[in-house]
Amino acid sequence: MKAFLILEDGNVFEGISIGSQREVISEIVFNTSMTGYLEVLTDPSYAGQAVTMTYPLIGNYGVCYEDMESLKPWPDGFIVRELSRMPSNFRSENSIQNFLEKNDIPGIARIDTRALTKILREKGTMNGMITTDECYNLDEIIPKIKNYTTGKVVEKVTCSSKYTLEGQSEKGLIKKVALIDLGAKKNIARSLNARGCEVTVFPALTSADEIIQYNPDGIMLSNGPGDPKECTAIIAEIEKLYNTDIPIFAICLGHQLMALATGGDTHKMKYGHRGGNHPVKDLRTNKVYISSQNHGYVVDIDKIDSSVAEASFVNVNDGTIEGLTYTNKNIFTVQFHPEACPGPQDSAFLFDEFIKMMEVSR
Amino acid sequence: MPKDSSIKKVLVIGSGPIIIGQAAEFDYAGTQACRSLKEEGVTVVLVNSNPATIMTDKDIADMVYIEPLTVKVLEQIILKEKPDSILPTLGGQAGLNLGMELAESGFLEKHGVRLIGTTAQTIFKAEDRQAFKDTMEKIGEPCAASTVVHNVEDGIAFTNTIGYPVVLRPAYTLGGSGGGIAHNEQELVDILSNGLRLSRVGEVLVERCIAGWKEIEYEVMRDSNGNCITVCNMENIDPVGVHTGDSIVVAPSQTLGDKEYQMLRSSALNIINELGITGGCNVQYALKPDSFEYCVIEVNPRVSRSSALASKATGYPIAKVAAKIALGYTLDEIKNAITGKTYASFEPALDYCVVKIPRLPFDKFIQAKRTLTTQMKATGEVMSICDNFEGALMKALRSLEQHVDSLMSYDFSDIPDDELEDALRRVDDRRIFVIAEAIRRGTSYDEINRITKIDNWFIDKLAILVEMEETLKTQPLTKELLAEAKRIEFPDKVIAELTKKSEEEIHNLRRKYGIMAAFKMVDTCAAEFAATTPYYYSVFGSVNEAALTNDRKKVLVLGSGPIRIGQGIEFDYCSVHSTWAFSKEGFETIIVNNNPETVSTDFDIADKLYFEPLTAEDVQNIVDIEKPDGAVVQFGGQTAIKLTESLLKMGVPIFGTSAENVDAAEDRELFDKILEECCIPRPQGHTVFTAKEAKAAAAELGYPVLVRPSYVLGGQGMQIAISDNDIDEFIGIINRIAQEHPILVDKYLVGKEIEVDAVCDGEDVLIPGIMEHIERAGVHSGDSISVYPAQSLSEKTQRVIVEYTRRLAKSLHVVGLINIQFIVCDEEVYVIEVNPRSSRTVPYISKVTGIPIVKLATKVIIGNTIKGMGYTPGLQPKADYIAVKMPVFSFEKLRGADINLGPEMKSTGEVLGIAKNFDEALYKAFLGAGINLPKHRQMIITVKDSDKLDVVDIGRRFEALGYKIYATKSTAKVLNENGVHAVKTNKIEQESPNLMDLILGHKIDLVIDTPSQGNDRSHDGFLIRRNAIETGVNVFTSLDTANALLSSLENAAERTLTLVDIATVKNV
Repeated sequence: MKAFLILEDGNVFEGISIGSQREVISEIVFNTSMTGYLEVLTDPSYAGQAVTMTYPLIGNYGVCYEDMESLKPWPDGFIVRELSRMPSNFRSENSIQNFLEKNDIPGIARIDTRALTKILREKGTMNGMITTDECYNLDEIIPKIKNYTTGKVVEKVTCSSKYTLEGQSEKGLIKKVALIDLGAKKNIARSLNARGCEVTVFPALTSADEIIQYNPDGIMLSNGPGDPKECTAIIAEIEKLYNTDIPIFAICLGHQLMALATGGDTHKMKYGHRGGNHPVKDLRTNKVYISSQNHGYVVDIDKIDSSVAEASFVNVNDGTIEGLTYTNKNIFTVQFHPEACPGPQDSAFLFDEFIKMMEVSR
Repeated sequence: MPKDSSIKKVLVIGSGPIIIGQAAEFDYAGTQACRSLKEEGVTVVLVNSNPATIMTDKDIADMVYIEPLTVKVLEQIILKEKPDSILPTLGGQAGLNLGMELAESGFLEKHGVRLIGTTAQTIFKAEDRQAFKDTMEKIGEPCAASTVVHNVEDGIAFTNTIGYPVVLRPAYTLGGSGGGIAHNEQELVDILSNGLRLSRVGEVLVERCIAGWKEIEYEVMRDSNGNCITVCNMENIDPVGVHTGDSIVVAPSQTLGDKEYQMLRSSALNIINELGITGGCNVQYALKPDSFEYCVIEVNPRVSRSSALASKATGYPIAKVAAKIALGYTLDEIKNAITGKTYASFEPALDYCVVKIPRLPFDKFIQAKRTLTTQMKATGEVMSICDNFEGALMKALRSLEQHVDSLMSYDFSDIPDDELEDALRRVDDRRIFVIAEAIRRGTSYDEINRITKIDNWFIDKLAILVEMEETLKTQPLTKELLAEAKRIEFPDKVIAELTKKSEEEIHNLRRKYGIMAAFKMVDTCAAEFAATTPYYYSVFGSVNEAALTNDRKKVLVLGSGPIRIGQGIEFDYCSVHSTWAFSKEGFETIIVNNNPETVSTDFDIADKLYFEPLTAEDVQNIVDIEKPDGAVVQFGGQTAIKLTESLLKMGVPIFGTSAENVDAAEDRELFDKILEECCIPRPQGHTVFTAKEAKAAAAELGYPVLVRPSYVLGGQGMQIAISDNDIDEFIGIINRIAQEHPILVDKYLVGKEIEVDAVCDGEDVLIPGIMEHIERAGVHSGDSISVYPAQSLSEKTQRVIVEYTRRLAKSLHVVGLINIQFIVCDEEVYVIEVNPRSSRTVPYISKVTGIPIVKLATKVIIGNTIKGMGYTPGLQPKADYIAVKMPVFSFEKLRGADINLGPEMKSTGEVLGIAKNFDEALYKAFLGAGINLPKHRQMIITVKDSDKLDVVDIGRRFEALGYKIYATKSTAKVLNENGVHAVKTNKIEQESPNLMDLILGHKIDLVIDTPSQGNDRSHDGFLIRRNAIETGVNVFTSLDTANALLSSLENAAERTLTLVDIATVKNV
């Protein structure tokens, strides 16, 4: 069946429908990872967005359920050049087509994803509609498309109640970590578990008091979707956590929220960083790591008060802030994804640093 | 870290002659690195024995030594030039080994020279089998169970503990030379003993066989600050068991999930960190298809064929970045030249799919075994880019120029069903065509996978292509179907055949429906950042990105495609120099080529690069968009020449010699007429189509005759026939491929072969020099030792040659280059071949005479005159030096190939010997070609009857050099009767001790074996030659070569080599 991707600037791409045939309006973003489409689909940070894969051949190794980064796929839509008709991998349990259909995710294939990416690069991230209705009327739908906002998506993706994940490490259980689920990818908890942490996952709107009462050795603020400034209630609780002495490590949205909680600011980037090839420089060592990234907002570099925090990582390509260390605090935060999945595992050592920080502060 | 300012003068070691396993990729890497070093103000001293390379140009390096690549020569260069550093990681295995030997002997330390790029310790850890294994064990990276052995007994003992089959890998050899898989003890003994001999250190790794696992490679970069990135990963479609150089390879990997991809990526970074490599490195893995188990196969701590491929596949210039790293820069300080915005410390993201297919030489060596093993056999490769795998594969297939344009190109429909499994099991260059046949017969994917171990994903892609064949045959050709067929890159010609329409109809239908090729950019970043480098590939069904430019005059330079025997790196040299010359004259230059190993496909050589197959349809797509003012075809070998007619049809003028005149040189009748008009004799001959006509022609001319197809390169299919039987056989071989042009039958003259390259402006002719071949006519010019200036021609003969050249160039209205081959027989000069285009000898003659021929030819094409450029027409004064070009062969890599030299070219590369006198030049050339005698002072002579008298003098001279001569019965008799002592030895089929025992005894320096004329079917001679080659013994099949070797050896004792800096050679 034919499908159309209609952008708010009036550009229309014709392709074929994949997954659900439901019509959807969303924010269109692109990801340059060449592998890891399932991890992308199940990353809650994509809630409220439709994601375009710039790599043209998707679905080659099917769906391996154990690779899912959350319980379900989150994007509003999936945009690809070509879906493989023949998934091939020893772990593959399903095809991506079936997976999308089963989860009611609409998508479009056989479009010129490179041309689309160039539009998004030139004009910035914009909204779009995926539809199978051939008789669309641009005048009617473009205002509707323009009106779309992602809204308060964190509340949609966070867990409904807290739960605990046991750690397993040769050294036995060593630390208790409270993970604030802003839309956490599974591998954050897994990375901590593997280092011997017991991880209790709290819903995003848990009060600071409840978390403090849990008496964690450290607090982990996860990644998550949407505009950080929408998360006013969460920011208020994070400010309280900042004021304790509990070590805190934050990733992505968590990193942005901590900045906002401590007087910093964020802004929306033209088209964000989404992919597995972003170089970040550790300003302590001048070493460059290739990182997995997925963010459309960024902490303002000029609004950092050095008495509160200092940049610890910057993006080599565009100089944006990729990490902050909080002054006189056991708090460090990064914009990129040390938990990888998908993407390079080069910065996984940050979890070790978090463990060390928890040990030292005890 | 900024640049290390103590590095001021760097010696760069090149890789030497093109041989199988070491091809043009090192010229590409070396040229890029030298330019990168010079850009930083570093003085570059270059040494490479290969004169056909671009890196040996004085524009690329400051001092250029085209000298033999031996430790002694390098030491001499170091003493003379006093470089502070050596960069050994750009010259392939040859360069790396030399760097290691210099470091190990303490010479470098003594003279205060250091290895940059990578330390000797790192090289040792990566290259020495045991050290590598220990290192991998230390960091927990798995290797296949293996042990290093130095003798056959240990190999057998170890294999008995791990079981057959085992893989054998000799240490320090190129292209996996001497390696293989042994399934039983006999095979183990055979391969292992051969491998031990070939290894520089007499070491072979015996390893658990992981054949059938997925073969995955990562290209990794690391700087001195420990920053690491992977440029690209690649997946071999052929599983482990086939050398990666002989595999069809796809980038990025297609069947790996992120978990597998990242697992291996992390491992690769782990390894490069532990080895402490600063620069580029290639890591090869075997990945079990049904688990996460993997093994590290090997690590190459240097640029390689794979790194060249990765550079072209991603746009990331590995060699350039590696050179900067060697100077001390870190990755985050080096700009990404493609985007101009980002830095080298990032990983390319591809938004397309790349397929590489090896170019195998079985069309040249029809007797050679086609089986692909862990020993590489390909001479070159093609690469293609598309937004889908099927399309990339289809484009790569037709880029090969092997009469292949779809999965139907080899017909296996006659294989009986019960033999299909055996056919699928046969791992050779035609296996994907057999798989396609199996798919057509309904064999299941799982069954094909069970037999071939090729992943089902790839089998499915082949099935999609097979289904399209069927659909096109049976369904109406709708707009949608045509668009889909083009999306997966079915050429119009194939669609036409399947739909029973004409190619033109398909073409017009496409125009009508608007199904046109679009061009996309290779930008390293999947369009995330704006890129400025116009490096394009075509796709169908997409938005075109190629920007139309027309501020300057535009020239299309057609490249020469994959490196193959007969069309090597020299044509890339010519294409690149012509491009540079056009650019200098104010033209916008556009290169079309598909060879990932070459300099011409580097993104900053021309203004625009189109990485495309060189077929009429593919070129038309480019012409439609670019609308060039003209095209130049005379520098791209036969590949480009073949496109002349099509270009004219497209309305693209040919710059330089006109198409009719190119034709006149190839068309026998037209050519005869011109020769007649010019009063130039040629050996008598006729054009024929059938064997019957050929035999009639031969009867009239008298045997021996030369039989060959017209319009071929490298003497392909050319043979000397001495009987009607020969003619039947040769014509049969030629006609296996449908011939559009007639077959030529000429009288075969035995004489001196002379070659001339000249530049003609339509009026005047400039001849840089006359070259003389050492071997008499009958040996292909590319396989002959060629000497400049000619040593044995009388003044009169030289004048005749110059005059004939002038007449021919003028009457063919040559504008640009012309290459003419003559035979001088009894002071009479005959013309045997005229090529109105660049030739194999152009780079060599340019370098030794200091006359930039390609540049002059290009300027002439644009309208300059020879006089106008300040040159006096005619033969130029002799240069100060004598230069000897020596062919180099790769026979030992090609099991079953006969090494007998004849009219069909067999060499893969060449070296140069240059000196003030002939003997030294000759000696250097032999040395450069790896013929370093004497060693054991024992030799075997067995010659055909007509050579028996000539061999006496040769025998006497070898005896005088202290050689003990073994000879077969009749040769021994002649020698002994004439006072040369020769030990009579049994032929191979006779009882031991016989020739074979001698050869296998590793005590023989040289075999002189001249096979009888015609297609020598003596099995005995063939076995002698093969066994000698495979045991590393030098074999000469022409007495002329033997004579030359003698004159070089006779004065060798008191010789110290003089070094010649080519950059200082000036034309006087």
